[in-house]
Amino acid sequence: MLHVFTFAAFCYLLSLVLCASLIFFAIWHITAFGELHSDFKVPVDQDNPLHARERLRNIERICSLLRKLVLPEFAIHSFFCIMFLCAQEWLTVGLNAPLLVYNTWRFFYSPTDTKELLYDPASVMTGDTLKFCQKEAWCKMSFFGLSFFYYVYLFTVHIEPVVEENLHRDI
Amino acid sequence: MSTPGYTNMNTSVNYATQNGGSAPPYQNGPAQSYPQSAYPASGYQAPPQHYPSNTGHCVSAPTKPPQMNNHYGNYYSQPQPPLPPAAGAVTAPSSHTAPQGSLPPSHPATNTANPPPPASTASMYPAAYQQHPYTMPSSAYYGQPQQYPVAQAQSQPQQQPNLMAVSSGTSNNNNGAHLYPIVSYPSAPGSGQYGTLRSSQATMGPAPASVPGPSVVAATPPLVSPATQPPGQPAPMGNGPTPHATQSATPAHPGYGASPYCQPAAVNGQTNASQTQTIQQHYDQSLHGHMGYSYGAPPPKAELPDGDRAVSGTTPATSVHSSPGHHPGLPPYGYAPNSGVSAAPTHHHPAPATPAEQSSSSSEDEDDEDEDEEAGGDSSSSTTGSASPVPNSYESLEGGSYTDPSSMVPPGDPSLQSYDYSYSSMQPSYIQTAPRSNPTPQGGYHQTSYHQDLAQPFPNMSQLSAALGGMSAPEMSVDSLRPVNLLQERNILPPTPAPPPEPSLSTDLKNVNCSPDTFRCTLTNIPQTQALLNKARLPLGLLLHPFRDLSQLPVITSNTIVRCRSCRTYINPFVSFLDQRRWKCNLCYRVNDVPDEFMYNPVTRSYGEPHKRPEILNSTVEFIASSDYMLRPPQPAVYLFVLDVSHNAVEGGYLNVFCQSLLDNLDKLPGDTRTRVGFLTFDSTIHFYDLQEGLSQPQMLVVSDIDDVFIPTPDSLLVNLKDSKELVKDLLNGLPKMFNQTRETHSALGPALQAAYKLMSPTGGRISVFQTQLPTMGAGALQSREDPNQRSSTKGVPHLGPATDFYKKLALDCSGQQIGVDLFLLSSQYSDMATLACVSKYSAGSIFYYPTFHHVHNVAQRDKFQKDLQRYLTRKIGFEAVMRIRCTKGLSIHTFHGNFFVRSTDLLSLANVNPDSGFAVQMSIEESLADTSLACFQAALLYTSSKGKRRIRVHTLCLPVVSQLSDVFAGADVQAITCLLANMAIDRSISSSLSDARDALVNSVVDSLAAYRANGSSLQPPGLIAPAALQLFPLYVLALLKQKALRTGTSTRLDDRVFNMCEFKSQPLRHVMRLVHPDLYRIDCMSQQGALHLNDSVVPQPPRLQLTAEKLARDGAFLMDCGNVLYLWVGKCCNEMFIREVLGCPNHASIPPNMTQIPELENPLSEQTRTFLSWLQETRSFTPAFYVVKDEASAKSSFFQHLIEDRSESALSYYEFLLHIQQQISK
Repeated sequence: MLHVFTFAAFCYLLSLVLCASLIFFAIWHITAFGELHSDFKVPVDQDNPLHARERLRNIERICSLLRKLVLPEFAIHSFFCIMFLCAQEWLTVGLNAPLLVYNTWRFFYSPTDTKELLYDPASVMTGDTLKFCQKEAWCKMSFFGLSFFYYVYLFTVHIEPVVEENLHRDI
Repeated sequence: MSTPGYTNMNTSVNYATQNGGSAPPYQNGPAQSYPQSAYPASGYQAPPQHYPSNTGHCVSAPTKPPQMNNHYGNYYSQPQPPLPPAAGAVTAPSSHTAPQGSLPPSHPATNTANPPPPASTASMYPAAYQQHPYTMPSSAYYGQPQQYPVAQAQSQPQQQPNLMAVSSGTSNNNNGAHLYPIVSYPSAPGSGQYGTLRSSQATMGPAPASVPGPSVVAATPPLVSPATQPPGQPAPMGNGPTPHATQSATPAHPGYGASPYCQPAAVNGQTNASQTQTIQQHYDQSLHGHMGYSYGAPPPKAELPDGDRAVSGTTPATSVHSSPGHHPGLPPYGYAPNSGVSAAPTHHHPAPATPAEQSSSSSEDEDDEDEDEEAGGDSSSSTTGSASPVPNSYESLEGGSYTDPSSMVPPGDPSLQSYDYSYSSMQPSYIQTAPRSNPTPQGGYHQTSYHQDLAQPFPNMSQLSAALGGMSAPEMSVDSLRPVNLLQERNILPPTPAPPPEPSLSTDLKNVNCSPDTFRCTLTNIPQTQALLNKARLPLGLLLHPFRDLSQLPVITSNTIVRCRSCRTYINPFVSFLDQRRWKCNLCYRVNDVPDEFMYNPVTRSYGEPHKRPEILNSTVEFIASSDYMLRPPQPAVYLFVLDVSHNAVEGGYLNVFCQSLLDNLDKLPGDTRTRVGFLTFDSTIHFYDLQEGLSQPQMLVVSDIDDVFIPTPDSLLVNLKDSKELVKDLLNGLPKMFNQTRETHSALGPALQAAYKLMSPTGGRISVFQTQLPTMGAGALQSREDPNQRSSTKGVPHLGPATDFYKKLALDCSGQQIGVDLFLLSSQYSDMATLACVSKYSAGSIFYYPTFHHVHNVAQRDKFQKDLQRYLTRKIGFEAVMRIRCTKGLSIHTFHGNFFVRSTDLLSLANVNPDSGFAVQMSIEESLADTSLACFQAALLYTSSKGKRRIRVHTLCLPVVSQLSDVFAGADVQAITCLLANMAIDRSISSSLSDARDALVNSVVDSLAAYRANGSSLQPPGLIAPAALQLFPLYVLALLKQKALRTGTSTRLDDRVFNMCEFKSQPLRHVMRLVHPDLYRIDCMSQQGALHLNDSVVPQPPRLQLTAEKLARDGAFLMDCGNVLYLWVGKCCNEMFIREVLGCPNHASIPPNMTQIPELENPLSEQTRTFLSWLQETRSFTPAFYVVKDEASAKSSFFQHLIEDRSESALSYYEFLLHIQQQISK
């Protein structure tokens, strides 16, 4: 075989790495929401006025970090979607398409006139929102986890012929 | 949105026991209030310090009055009664101070220098104190009026020997003499809050003893307060002029004025505490006011005996009690304890005197408290140290030092001691029973009287309530399930407002359950599982009004607040006691120990009855929080007013109204001596006002760099109100004129708010913003987003959300610094309420909107603004508050509605909390509730009162859990459901679109009626069937769809719409319901049938009419009550007599077009109408605007838009709406 290392194989290799990073993002989201969710360590302290500011700062900090992660995450994901598109890996593209659409919607859809997107500190603590975000993060993590193995598999599939070729040649 | 959509139902575990059933059977009787002994303000400052000023003061006369004065001063200011002749001198604004003030001049004496007065004066004081300023008639908690005398005398001797001697000697001299009540304030007892103050002054020797009081003096030489003075007694007031007084070397200080004296008194309690004396003061909050008052007198004496001491702040404790009984006109009851309390050296606690009294008393308490809060006298002053033999947390709180533990201990009663302090208030009653002369502290405890009283009342109450309760639970549910064919029911509206459905609980539980005005659930029967809830298709949620002005509120001071160890629930009436020593939490089912302290019941003074404790007998209680609940000292009350002074604002003329209102209410601002105020005005620049004490006039500092705002002189812009009152008044008087000629049209609201934030962030507090136009400069500048041509569009309404994050971010910053921002928008043009409102929404502020305000052209609006301001400025306020709502395990709260910042999933952060704001929460059922028969909800609001006391108000609601769908329908509370749906719809319209929200509303009706139909038997008749409990549901939803907030197709200004949304989100249920479905009455021919008889007046009760033009008649006059607006529609052929006698016009044609009030005419018809009007208004906090609408007047469109059952150009009539629903259901 001439193609030792196909473009598709390269895509899968790259997406493996990127996918790992996305998994970390998702884990980070989960822990962040967990932290938002459970601020219960010192119940009395929580009722303390001084705590209010710290807590608010904390929420704002977490929210702003989360917001900073939004763009890279979406960018990475759309990046390897485009790569798969170029590599003409239609099945993979198809599998990723729903998430891509969802991300785009999440990113551009904003009910208010403001530019502010997700993770608004004023509303993120509402039980509903928080639960939704948590679920979303779990879903993403499992999605990326599964796709990670999927990419590993496809990578080996694409790389395998090359290996065989080499073996034959050696022989 | 109609259905709660939770799919997850876990039927997993259950918590083993049902606690519900087991809830303590106790009945609670009337609420009891416990006085508290906490030391409020002083907590942070060592008492001695505080007070020292006083003493010092006295000594050196010249210094300005110590801060303490303020407390009291504010308080009393309102009802200034005529002073007794002697007192005449006083000009002091605050009534309180005034009387005393009079003394000073004549009496410079009080200074330590004077030897003579001491003892005697002391005695006098008590007597004087009869006043109960605040007592309401029935109040008697602690009932018996006469108790004061007591302990002090005794204690004094013990502890302060030297004083004793002196005092006793003096007392002899004085004997008989000296108590002169300062006099009575004319106000009738029971009347206004402030009405009945009396201050007593002690006059020194010469004054004839006019005091009828039991001059306790004789009995206890040192200080006794004669309790019983005849109320009416004119006081011979003696004021200062006693010889002794005059003796004092220091000439009267002018500055001195009233305050000095007052102070000491107020202080007294505290000082005592700090000193060795063991005086307990009690305080009910309400009492504070009293206390302050009463104390006023005493100080002098204290000092007298012992110069040194005085300085140190030790005043001999005088026990002053106001005895309610004495008051003329007042019913015998009384909260005497409160007022009096302080003095008792021993740990006597005022106990509720008689059961009956108790109940009443509690109510009194509340009132008092409220008053206090408003008046500013409150809590801080109040509880002074309870000196308890046992060291407790209080000490740390209050700073009281207990130097002399031994003295404190009541000899007789060692076991009781420990408890005493907490309930110090109880004393009075005790005392009463106890002979005054009783030397030992023990006297306080007379158990006998107590028990009897208690025992009785409770049973009575229960019987009564049972009798009143009427229907048993099953009957109710049957009735509320009765199928109603809506299409055939023409008069669906009950003629009188239906009471909220009662949960079908046992009578015992029902009696202790939280008031529906405070805490309401959409489903009074909680479905067992989420599946069942989903089947019913009704929303599950709570509506809260946690900081409501209450007429009775038990206040509990205790150094351990009993809470569940795992979920931190406060102990409440619905927990179950497994045995004497253990209780099971009703929320998480954990078994907890009953702390020792809790075993003692302060009410009965018996041990081993934890279930008779007030916490267990009342579902709404307030605790004085211990130091565990604060890491920093409670913040003082700080108010900053941010005023728009651009051309537009000056043109509208609101400044005049504002300044005048504030001037009128300056003394009534809730707060204490630490209260601070500041002003900031802005147009295109920002103006600060330096009000530092010592300046001859306010200085204006202009900052024109609005891009980077800085605070010119951070220390002198927010000034102590008491110290700088004159400057503040000067400023308020001058402000309106200052900007008369302004040509500046720009408004730099954003930078002004930033400056305000910077100014306030060290302390927290309240910012009141008055804005009259769209902000056009600096950060936060906005552009008009409204397209007038789209106002009546039937498609979506854009721009319901904020245009910029600036205001929201600012609000979050404010919330973090415990600053609440209240917005007053007085603009006739679009000013982007949607964006500006954010500044209040997230900082727990309130929003007021006066769309067409003009001081000349719109008199009705001006009047409303004025009255709203009056209420706004004087209403109670809580600072740095948090609210947590807990519910039985298995239920979870997922969404909150209202103005706040959600700090963690169940914790709302409220920078300010006010009595007019309501909250709503949505819940889901996460785990099956099958193992319990009761579901409980607890809302705990922790806040700092305006007097600087940390308090926790706890409400607990208990509801049955049901497993049948029909029971769920039977328990549906249609008003609560409507309000919750309104909140959900508004969220939906902002996050999605208006049409979505409207569809969801319609679907909620369709779904729930369909669910009912599906569930019902096959016997149901054809037509649109609803259970009786939900018969008004379609009507209310239709009304919601026609509200400004949610309507389409009718021209609605964007700001009006957004403001209406804000109202729905932040107003309490009752107010929202009036907005949604106004009440319509025909008032030209009201009969006496079914009239209410209140006190001395008869209030006619005309039937409520359906909101349709069909009910209007040309020959009638109709009143429509829309909550914040009242319309009186007068038909063209209306009875001439009505027009003449009520409106004061000869005929219909001569009624002026913009009539905004009813003249006060002396005839029965007019009186009847006015009685009815004022009855309508008395329960609401803001006075509604009033318009007379003539038949042909153009104003009538605003009247007719509320006739929601009629068809309008773009909306269905009620009947059409029903048909629409029927069609949807059958689809």
